[in-house]
Amino acid sequence: MTDLPKNSKLGTRSRSAGRRSMSLYAEGEPMVWLTGGALAFSLLMILAMLVYVFYMGFSNFWPQRVSKITTHAGQVHMGSVSRVQTYKPSLANVDRLPEALRDATREQLLETDGYTLRTLLYTGNYDLTGTRFQWVSDYEIDAREYPEWALLVERRMDGNFYGMPVAFERDGEPVTESPGEIWEHYREIHPEVRRRFRERERIRTVEMGRVNRRQETARRRLVEATNRFANDDLSAEELDLVRQETEAIIADTRKEHAELTERVDAINTENRRYGLVMETDQGRRHTLFFDDIVLAFPGNQLSLFQKVRIFGERWREFIFDDPREANMEGGVYPQIIGTVTMTLVMTIFVVPFGVIAALYLREYAKPGPIVSAVRIAINNLAGVPSIVFGVFGLGFFCYIMGGYLDDWFYSASPVPTYRGGGVLWASLTLALLTLPVVIVATEEALSAVPGSMREGSYACGASKWQTIKRIVLPRAMPGIMTGMILAMARGAGEVAPLMLVGAVKLAPSLPFDIHNLSGTLGPIPTGPIHLERSFLHLGFHIYDLGFQSSDSEAARPMVFTTTLLLITIIVLLNLTAIMIRTRLRKKFQSGAF
Amino acid sequence: MTAETLEQAPPNTQRTSVGNRLEEIAAGEQVRSEIHPELAKEDNILSIEHFNLWYGRAQALYDINMSVPKGKVTALVGPSGCGKSTLLRSVNRLNDLIDIVRIEGDMKINGSSVYAPNVDVIELRKRMGMVFQKSNPFPMSIYENVVYSLRIDGERNKKVLDEVCERSLRGAAIWDEVKDRLQESALGLSGGQQQRICIARAIAAEPEVLLMDEPCSALDPIATNKIEDMIDALKGEYTILIVTHNMQQAARTSDYTAFMYLGRLIEYGPTDTIFQKPRLIETKDYVTGRFG
Ligand SMILES: Nc1ncnc2c1ncn2[C@@H]1O[C@H](COP(=O)(O)OP(=O)(O)OP(=O)(O)O)[C@@H](O)[C@H]1O
Ligand SMILES: [Mg+2]
Repeated sequence: MTDLPKNSKLGTRSRSAGRRSMSLYAEGEPMVWLTGGALAFSLLMILAMLVYVFYMGFSNFWPQRVSKITTHAGQVHMGSVSRVQTYKPSLANVDRLPEALRDATREQLLETDGYTLRTLLYTGNYDLTGTRFQWVSDYEIDAREYPEWALLVERRMDGNFYGMPVAFERDGEPVTESPGEIWEHYREIHPEVRRRFRERERIRTVEMGRVNRRQETARRRLVEATNRFANDDLSAEELDLVRQETEAIIADTRKEHAELTERVDAINTENRRYGLVMETDQGRRHTLFFDDIVLAFPGNQLSLFQKVRIFGERWREFIFDDPREANMEGGVYPQIIGTVTMTLVMTIFVVPFGVIAALYLREYAKPGPIVSAVRIAINNLAGVPSIVFGVFGLGFFCYIMGGYLDDWFYSASPVPTYRGGGVLWASLTLALLTLPVVIVATEEALSAVPGSMREGSYACGASKWQTIKRIVLPRAMPGIMTGMILAMARGAGEVAPLMLVGAVKLAPSLPFDIHNLSGTLGPIPTGPIHLERSFLHLGFHIYDLGFQSSDSEAARPMVFTTTLLLITIIVLLNLTAIMIRTRLRKKFQSGAF
Repeated sequence: MTAETLEQAPPNTQRTSVGNRLEEIAAGEQVRSEIHPELAKEDNILSIEHFNLWYGRAQALYDINMSVPKGKVTALVGPSGCGKSTLLRSVNRLNDLIDIVRIEGDMKINGSSVYAPNVDVIELRKRMGMVFQKSNPFPMSIYENVVYSLRIDGERNKKVLDEVCERSLRGAAIWDEVKDRLQESALGLSGGQQQRICIARAIAAEPEVLLMDEPCSALDPIATNKIEDMIDALKGEYTILIVTHNMQQAARTSDYTAFMYLGRLIEYGPTDTIFQKPRLIETKDYVTGRFG
């Protein structure tokens, strides 16, 4: 009681002292600006990056116009504009211009401090010229036209082709030479050619794969039977029976194979009947077979509607087709499948493990120095460079675990199955990498479950596990989902460790294949999921295109589009998880107080 | 033990012991509880024997000796922080969940020990229902909330569950409000409705002892009336131990009232006596609202 006035006196003094020295800092105003500014800056950077990726990724597929540029030196270049930039040409270059233009050009350059614009033209025709690109400076240009019938042809090999249509050929005979009619014929016939082309690809991969597998299985059965016969486990008659059956199957599959080959050949012959004779900017004539053409269009006379259709067609191809030309063109379907499969398998592993670990830490372990130490260690695990996880995964999963799996379950196979990189090991490596995220999020969610709910459950006579299962876990589920979302986002975007444990540049088959339901993980059948297969991955694809491809200029647009796609996929995966979480929240957390 | 204490209790100490007890408490001395002789005639279901409880170093209950008569309503009253909830939570051993709690003494329910080492705590809790001071519905549907005790016992029969659900919700005076939305989340209800759901949950398993910690603190007068009617209806069949700050409620609903103060049981007797002519002036002051 007695120190109350004293206290209040002290309070007044310190307050008035504070007011005297009240600075701008003490007001807090600068801190508001500083913190707000920092936030705005980071948001702006992220937004700028996203906008840039979006713009570059989308514009890549918008149908280009075809420019025909004639230089003062008399060279003709036809192609589409890849990009335009400013640069400072050396004055020696100006000397190569015709006499009459030199002075004017110099003057103009002086006015702009020596800078001028130059255009990077994608001129294509790689098989004829050996280059794909051509720089043209503004001052060199004599004339720039957009010829009405100039065609941009995307081919299965050697990139784009630019030229003027000269004739449409059927069976090597020119049918028409008027561009309009050529175009009509193309529009009529090409879709059929493409359809047959797809049919051929399907026969080659799906049907022939099925026939081959059948034969392979029969052979293996015979080998096994022979071994058992050698061990006196099988009588000679039985072996004979197996041999006869195998031979019948082999004969049968041979026949099937021959039939399929025949069908493929028929399609090939039919598709090679049609050709498009083109004249290049260099005046050379060249016949393009319809079979080799993916897409062609007269870039300078498209209506908006046609442009949108081509844009859509290109996206469709990008998402649903296989890559071609060393991954630089075509689609990224295998990469999408690889990324999604890997991410989902990773989630299947990491979530239960993380949740169980967090349950133990939060619900069962007695709080104390050991638990705190474990918690700190888990948090630190999140800071270990991802490549370290890659190295660990390679050593432990790919070689040791894979080796054991092969020894135990696949000793009959002459080639390694699980030994070496594969989806399973990549998923496990990333699961390890993202484990801390799940544990931390789950622990937080568990500790946020009100103690009163637990008490209510215990008071009803529930055991600890019943309380956890019926009250704590459902209530913590949205928080656990948050952990899962974070883990998925982290895992789907990770590249470095994948390069060691299973992501490859080219893979013969997909890790998820609905045509082949024979996937196994040791004794467990996994249906269409082939966990032992190496896979393609969008993140790795971006790295590969951007830094490892032979022609980085040509790969550039694809880098952006692939990045855009990867971001979209991660966002989609997350949105799905967030939607589930919101529904759970509604169910478990909407409280009225 | 009740009899023993009763013998020691002087019959007519109304004024003489007035100041003593507060002084004794302040001096940290043992305080003798005033236990009325009527209690000795009752058939006890629960007897609390020399019960002490500490939260870490701080003692919250001091040598509580008290017997709860079977089939009657016993009210616990006392100023905030005096240990009513703590005592209630000790009965179904909910305090076990708090690491720092340490106890001495024992309780006996139907003659068998509550705190003996070999007691199955889960079985023990199944014989009691509890309503908490703050409503704590579970994150599930209203229906599942109510039948929770049956679910954890593995009851699957839909007919039984439906029946129990309806009976409990009627008992908790909330059936009419929620009968059309049984499958909706209980967390979407108002605070008072949530509390009645919790009451329904507590009576669903037909416990021998019902522990209620201020069940009506979040309820409007109408719902409070209904709950009091329910308590009246349950009386006889169930033993009810109820904590309340509402003196009228205690007077209306209970058969016996125990007055607690600073962790001690001060006076314990028939409700009428406690409210009309308590032996101790502290009790009188408290129940008439002169101190608290
Ligand atoms: N979990 C706990 N840890 C430490 N001390 C506690 C804890 N719970 C209660 N206490 C202390 O024990 C004493 C009794 O608390 P209790 O909750 O039993 O009071 P109460 O009589 O129910 O009060 P109210 O009428 O306000 O509910 C108080 O002094 C309180 O501070
Ligand atoms: Mg209380």
